[in-house]
Amino acid sequence: MPNILVVAETRGGELRKVALEAVTAARALADAAGGGEVHALAFGPPGLAGKLGPLAAHGADRVIACEHAAYARADGESMSATIALRAAGFPLVLFSATAQARDLAPRVCVKLDAPLLSDCLTVALSGQSVVATHSTYTAKLVATLKAGPMPVVVSVRPSAVTPAEKARPLSAETIAPAADPAASRVKVTDVVTSGGGKIDLGEAPVIVSGGRGLKEKANFKLVEELAGAFGNAAVGATRAVTDDGWRPHEDQIGQTGRLVSPDLYVAVGISGAIQHLAGMRTSRTIVAINKDPEAPIFKVADYGIVGDALEVVPALTAAVREAKKGH
Amino acid sequence: MKIAVCIKRVPDMESRFKIAASGTAIDETGLKYDISDFDAYAVEVALQINEKAGAGETTVICLGPDAVQETIRKALSMGAEKGVQLRADAVPADSLAIARALAAELKDGGYELILFGKHALDTMTGGAGTMAAELLGLPCLTAASRLEVTGARATARRELEGAAELLEFPLPAVVTIDEGIARPRYPSLKGIMAAKKKPLDVKPAQLGSVRVSVEKMELPAERPPGRIVGTGPDAVPELVRLLQTEAKVL
Repeated sequence: MPNILVVAETRGGELRKVALEAVTAARALADAAGGGEVHALAFGPPGLAGKLGPLAAHGADRVIACEHAAYARADGESMSATIALRAAGFPLVLFSATAQARDLAPRVCVKLDAPLLSDCLTVALSGQSVVATHSTYTAKLVATLKAGPMPVVVSVRPSAVTPAEKARPLSAETIAPAADPAASRVKVTDVVTSGGGKIDLGEAPVIVSGGRGLKEKANFKLVEELAGAFGNAAVGATRAVTDDGWRPHEDQIGQTGRLVSPDLYVAVGISGAIQHLAGMRTSRTIVAINKDPEAPIFKVADYGIVGDALEVVPALTAAVREAKKGH
Repeated sequence: MKIAVCIKRVPDMESRFKIAASGTAIDETGLKYDISDFDAYAVEVALQINEKAGAGETTVICLGPDAVQETIRKALSMGAEKGVQLRADAVPADSLAIARALAAELKDGGYELILFGKHALDTMTGGAGTMAAELLGLPCLTAASRLEVTGARATARRELEGAAELLEFPLPAVVTIDEGIARPRYPSLKGIMAAKKKPLDVKPAQLGSVRVSVEKMELPAERPPGRIVGTGPDAVPELVRLLQTEAKVL
């Protein structure tokens, strides 16, 4: 009956959706193995402890708030020290595969002398080992990896797991960091947010993405308007578009950008280069709007419309707005 | 500045991959190999830092079989001064084992800056750089999209989901490099000629125990064939209907 420590990610003192996905994944693993305990550890400024109820609701037997004024922002050095301390004796430590985990998980691996399974699509326990599937070769292949003996550190791809409630009685604890964040050598001097309240690509259930078929930068507002009509959509872009400066680099979806799996991916004026498909082919439903009926994007799309994005998108925006009104 | 760049040799990702008979690896027949994209950016960053300073030395380190010497020579032809091959029959799937071997080599190298790509394009794990930093006790910055060095300090920018951080840290440090930072140069003919004479040391890789194995390698499940709903704005109502009733995402 393996116990699992989940690192539940926060941003600005609030739980992220990926934290609920991670706890859901851990609960399912523990239950499948006969019912180990799931402990969820979150970092944030004072007041965090009162916001962690959803972790218990999604299956955490114990909820641990590590509070410090500095934790409005992540700090790799002190957070990894605290995680490693709390992970002692846990055969499995589970992260969400985010930018923050890319910084934290490998540090924890060294501190625990535990191997890493990164960005997993599925995770299962097999005796003293962990077996996971993982997208490799720019998402052209899927590898099944086995790591062990435990302890093993795992990170789970955002959106690979759907959060599911499985309530446990709330057992909460508040702790102080195991190392002083002020002593960390890497200092954050500024934070640049690329748009207030913008839904992150990794968490958005819907992504509307634009490519060169939009012809010019100004036409990207059509993509933004369509995203606005869905209400819960983020805006993505192809590498060609971010290279040309139409959109910021962090909006790029593909082999060298973000890897996303939303419920709905709408590709607008995107031909479907391998480099782009690598970042979005695991989306649940894909819609493509492109002038060229031979464009490779139509090979992965569930639904396609052949036509000029500049004509089709405004019509779709109006129709989506209308459909949303009916709800 | 004495800079080390840890690079990996990976196949051209535009290739049509086939699975080897073992079922646990790709079939390497006919594949072309090169420096992994992010690692090539890291080489470029190192070269630019030393060019700007007008002095310095860039060493590229690559773990793997003798075939990686070609990859090291490519970095040398771009302008790196020295190469080190950490010889291993194959690159393991265990990034902690890789990090251990790299840290053993980096430890007494006197490097002020150690660069990695943010992840290799083949395994897409992205752990080795941060792990090496932790093993060496050095500050670490992951996925830098900008890096500037002034004396014994550096500033960098890191993209998070939906935000970016500007950071400052002391050297020596480990930095893993994201896209957008610098376009790798093409080696000049002169560079290619010069690279042939540059030193390339070969040492055994001290991997230690390897605890991650590839059990299976396969092509991802094919998406069921989609359909063209129609042409132009007239197709929009039918698309919306399908999104509501069939895909149930609207």
